[in-house]
Amino acid sequence: MTYGTKTAVDGLSLTVETGSITAVLGPNGAGKTTTLETCEGYRRPQSGRVRVLGLDPVAQRRELLPRVGVMLQGQGAWSGVRAMEMLRHIARLHANPLDVDELAERVGLGECGRTPYRRLSGGQQQRLGLAMAIVGRPEIVFVDEPTAGMDPAARRTTWELLRELRSSGVTVVLTTHYLEEAEQLADQVHIIDHGRLIASGSPEELTRGTSATIRLVVDKELPAGAEAALRASVSSWSEQYDIGVRSMSFGSRTLEDVFLELTGRDIEHDRHDA
Amino acid sequence: MTDTTRDAVRLDLAPHPGGAPFARQVLAQASMEARLMLRNGEQLLLAVVVPVLILVGGVTAGEHLSLKLSDPRPLVDIFTPGVIALAVMSTSFTSLAIATGFERRYGVIKRLGASPLPKSGLLLGKILALLCVQLVQIILIGGVGQLLGWTPKAGVLGAVLAVALGTAAFAALGLLVAGTLRAEATLAAANLIYLLLMAGGAVVLPISAYGSFGHVARWLPSGALGEAMRSAFLDGSVAWRDLGVLTVWAVLGTSLTARTFKWE
Repeated sequence: MTYGTKTAVDGLSLTVETGSITAVLGPNGAGKTTTLETCEGYRRPQSGRVRVLGLDPVAQRRELLPRVGVMLQGQGAWSGVRAMEMLRHIARLHANPLDVDELAERVGLGECGRTPYRRLSGGQQQRLGLAMAIVGRPEIVFVDEPTAGMDPAARRTTWELLRELRSSGVTVVLTTHYLEEAEQLADQVHIIDHGRLIASGSPEELTRGTSATIRLVVDKELPAGAEAALRASVSSWSEQYDIGVRSMSFGSRTLEDVFLELTGRDIEHDRHDA
Repeated sequence: MTDTTRDAVRLDLAPHPGGAPFARQVLAQASMEARLMLRNGEQLLLAVVVPVLILVGGVTAGEHLSLKLSDPRPLVDIFTPGVIALAVMSTSFTSLAIATGFERRYGVIKRLGASPLPKSGLLLGKILALLCVQLVQIILIGGVGQLLGWTPKAGVLGAVLAVALGTAAFAALGLLVAGTLRAEATLAAANLIYLLLMAGGAVVLPISAYGSFGHVARWLPSGALGEAMRSAFLDGSVAWRDLGVLTVWAVLGTSLTARTFKWE
C-alpha cells in the first residue's frame, strides 16, 4: 500500500488461523491500520493478494461484509445518537444479531445507554465500538486498537470478551501497540514496522528464541562502568570460544526486549499519540 | 453494573452471520435518519419553524400592507404552496447536506460501510427519511395555512410529482456539496445557498413577483419547484415544464455527485 510516495505497507505476508486471536503489533505509523483496512476492503492493495474467508475484500465486499465484524479506531457514530440506539441500529442491519441489552450489559454500556455519543467517554466509545463489531455474530472480527483509552478494569473485561469470542469459534484479528495486550491475548503475534513484517510467532516463541540464552539476574542496580566491563568480558569470552553473541540485553527479557532488538525503537513511547 | 452481574451474562457468540433483508435494512436506516433529523434542534428550526414563521408573517404582513401581487388570488393561497416548496428545499438540500457532511466527518459513513447495508441502501434510506420529514412538514405547514384560510385545489398528482422531483434535484445537489467540501464548509455553503434561493429564487414568491429576473428564476431548481407547487395547489394542474426543469437538475446533480462524492 502506498500513499503518494510513502509506502505504508510493503511485502507484508501473513496468514491467520480460524478461531484464534492474532495480534498485529507495532508502533504508530507502522502500517497496522492500513493492513486492517485492506482486509476490511476499505483499501485496494496496489499489488499482492488479500483473502478474507476465501473472499476478495474489495471485489466481493458485499458478500464478505455480513460475515465480518469491524471495530474502527475511534468515532463511527452520529454525534447525537444515543449509545443503545446506535447499537440497536447496527443490530437491525443483521439477520441474527445478539440480544442488544445483554451485549450492552456484557461490555459495560448499561449505565450510558441513553447518553448521546458525543458525551460518552473515550472508553465508553471504545466499548460501543466493540459491541457494534460483534453484534452481528461475525465469523471474523477486525478490531483496531480495542483497548486504547480504556482503564485497566475495562481492558480486562475486553480481553475476557475477546477470549470468549475465540472459544466460541470466532477469529479475532487485533492491532495493538500495547505489548502486554499482545502477550496476554494473542495466539500469534506479528510484529510490523515501517510496513514490513519483522517477526512472527506465538508470544512464547518470540520471547524464547531459537538459540541458547544465558540469563544473568543480578541483585542490585549496576554501578557505573559495570555494564561496560561485562560487555568487554563477554566479548573476550565469545572470541575465546568462537561464539557469536546475537544480542545482549539488560533488564528483564519480555516481548518488549524482542521489539527493541528488532526495531531499535521504544514502542511504549508512541502510546500517547494514538 | 457490578462485575458480578456482568459475568452472569453469557452470550452465545458462536458465529451466525448474515445481513437482514434489504428492505428491512433500508427501513432501519430511514427511521434512524428521520429520528435524528427531527431530534436536532437546528434542523427542526430550519425544517418547521422558519417556514411557518414565513407563512404567518408573509400572510399577515401582506394583508396589513395590502401587498399586491400580479396574481389577484388571496395571499395565503399563493404563499402556502411556496412555503411548502421552501420546506422541501430546506430538508432535501440544506438538512441533507449538513447531516451528510458531518456523517463523513464523524466516520459514520465509513462505519456503515463495514455493515451489511450497501451504499444503495444507505441512499434509499436517506431519501425515505427525507420524504418522511417532508410529510411532517407539509402536514404542519398545510395545517397552519388552513388556519389562515388556505383553500387549496386538489392537484394531487402535480404536488406529488413536485415533491418527488424537487427532492431528487435538491438531494442530488445537497450531496454534491456534502461530498466535496469539508463539514464546516458544507454547513456554511448549504445555509448560504438556502438563504439566497429563499430570497431570490422564486420559491416562496411567484416568478411574476421578480420582474424580468423571473425568467431566470424559473430555470433555477427553487423557482421550478415553487412554480410546480403553486400550479398544483392554485390551479390543480401539473406544471410539466417546471417538472422538466427539476428533472434536468436532478440528472445533472446526480451525475456530478456520482463523479465527485467521497464516502469518507
